[in-house]
Amino acid sequence: MIRLKDISKIYKTKNGEITAVKDVNLSINKGEIFGIIGYSGAGKSTMIRLLNGLEKPSSGTVEVNGQQISSATGTQLRQARQKISMIFQHFNLLWSRTVADNIAFPLEIAGVPKAEREKRVGELINLVGLSGRENAYPSQLSGGQKQRVGIARALANNPEVLLCDEATSALDPETTDAILELLLDINKRLGLTIVLITHEMHVIRKICDRVAVMEAGQVVESGEVLQVFQNPQAEITKNFVMQVSGTKESKESIEQILVNYPTGKIVKLTFIGNKTEQPVISQIIKEFDVEVNIVHGNITQTTSGPYGTLIVQIDGKPNQVEQAFKLLETREIQAEVIDHV
Amino acid sequence: MFNQLFPNVDWVKMWEATYETLYMTIISTGVTFVLGLAIGILLFLTSPHQIWANKIVNLLTGSLVNIFRSIPFIVLIILLIPFTKFLLGTIRGVEAALPALIIGAAPFYARLVLIALREIDKGVIEAARSMGAKTSTIIWKVLIPESMPALLSGITVTAVALVGYTAMAGIIGAGGLGNLAFIDGFQRSREDVTLTATIVILIIVFILQFIGDFITTKTDKR
Repeated sequence: MIRLKDISKIYKTKNGEITAVKDVNLSINKGEIFGIIGYSGAGKSTMIRLLNGLEKPSSGTVEVNGQQISSATGTQLRQARQKISMIFQHFNLLWSRTVADNIAFPLEIAGVPKAEREKRVGELINLVGLSGRENAYPSQLSGGQKQRVGIARALANNPEVLLCDEATSALDPETTDAILELLLDINKRLGLTIVLITHEMHVIRKICDRVAVMEAGQVVESGEVLQVFQNPQAEITKNFVMQVSGTKESKESIEQILVNYPTGKIVKLTFIGNKTEQPVISQIIKEFDVEVNIVHGNITQTTSGPYGTLIVQIDGKPNQVEQAFKLLETREIQAEVIDHV
Repeated sequence: MFNQLFPNVDWVKMWEATYETLYMTIISTGVTFVLGLAIGILLFLTSPHQIWANKIVNLLTGSLVNIFRSIPFIVLIILLIPFTKFLLGTIRGVEAALPALIIGAAPFYARLVLIALREIDKGVIEAARSMGAKTSTIIWKVLIPESMPALLSGITVTAVALVGYTAMAGIIGAGGLGNLAFIDGFQRSREDVTLTATIVILIIVFILQFIGDFITTKTDKR
């Protein structure tokens, strides 16, 4: 559906060249929700703008829906853009137009006749749950409602791809979840391919099927969301995973325990899928002569299943502790000993 | 009572002069709006990082605007005498004031247009481009409507300045209230005529400002 091949983007500035994107190869399948995560300045804004030709690559090719976007110009590019919609962090609605007229704008651009426009706008307003607000102006709406207008506007011309540029970063947590639900719903119902960029792992785990992690213009890691969560490779990915597993907060208490109980072992257990439901801790305590002290626990839902982390302290005779570890291995649970923080 | 307070005022002449001032102001404001808007949009679109980014066109247009904006209006009228004569065959009368009024005011308004357009959220223009909008669509459906309040308050300021310009043009023979105040009032030492002409000009300015403010507030949905 989307294929980026050997993409590099270099900006020329007065102070020399800046490489925003470097040697990126990526392919995104039809109908999936693909997330690109990175801190600001990682190049993800440039990446998403390469997909609708708002930015042109310095080298490499961008292909979307069978069309080469990186080389398209004029009418060809404008027509392609009607099938590659975009929503924005700050919504970017026209304040001078009502909700209905904002949603009608892309239809006007596409040259849809007035009667048909009105009908389509009505459908879209229902789809995003804004009935009764047709004639309000953007200034009269809340952030969440504004993003709903943005989504309706993006869907107006029945696009194949929806690009989300930090679409929930300006919203509060609850509204974020509501908008993410809406995006997931649209993806399921319309079979739309969604590409989103974000700096929040929460967004990735909530709706994405696959994820690419970006750092300094390069994709450092990519794969199925659950796999990346379970087994992050790059340092930056580990940091992002910590955002949602909540292990960042427990760092201090782990430090304290390491000092107070020098004999025991602190172990981080990672469960995925239905393994999260196994009662392993009680098994360990029953079968071996060990003490288990729970430091931190967390279960996170992703679209492809649950993902859990549990940090425990296991204390006891060395051979008993070792056997407990072996049991964990047979259960296919990842156990990682933490001896320093 | 009026005749006692203003013994020398010829009300028919005063009304005629008011009509001339209004005529010059309205026509020149109208043309200035269109011309200034066009130049302002050109300046905006050719500036760096915009759709038509073009250093040469931008610099050339910008310089022309600055030159005409810097020439004092009274000097501009004199400089434009040959041009006016070529265009209209005369340099006297209401019509003859129009070229100078427009050439004096349009660059000033073009600057105000540029300021107004720069205030537009860049994201909105990007959004329109992401939808596949043509540049003409962006101009008519994004740039102009999204900057409308500032464009209107700008044209109000320009119209008020134009009332002042018409008075200056009047002194060198264009007619209107300025002409009346100078020829009839000042040169013949009839202070009441000068005073009345001033009051009428003030009323015109107040009305213009009121209308401008009213429409500006009406169009602003932010």
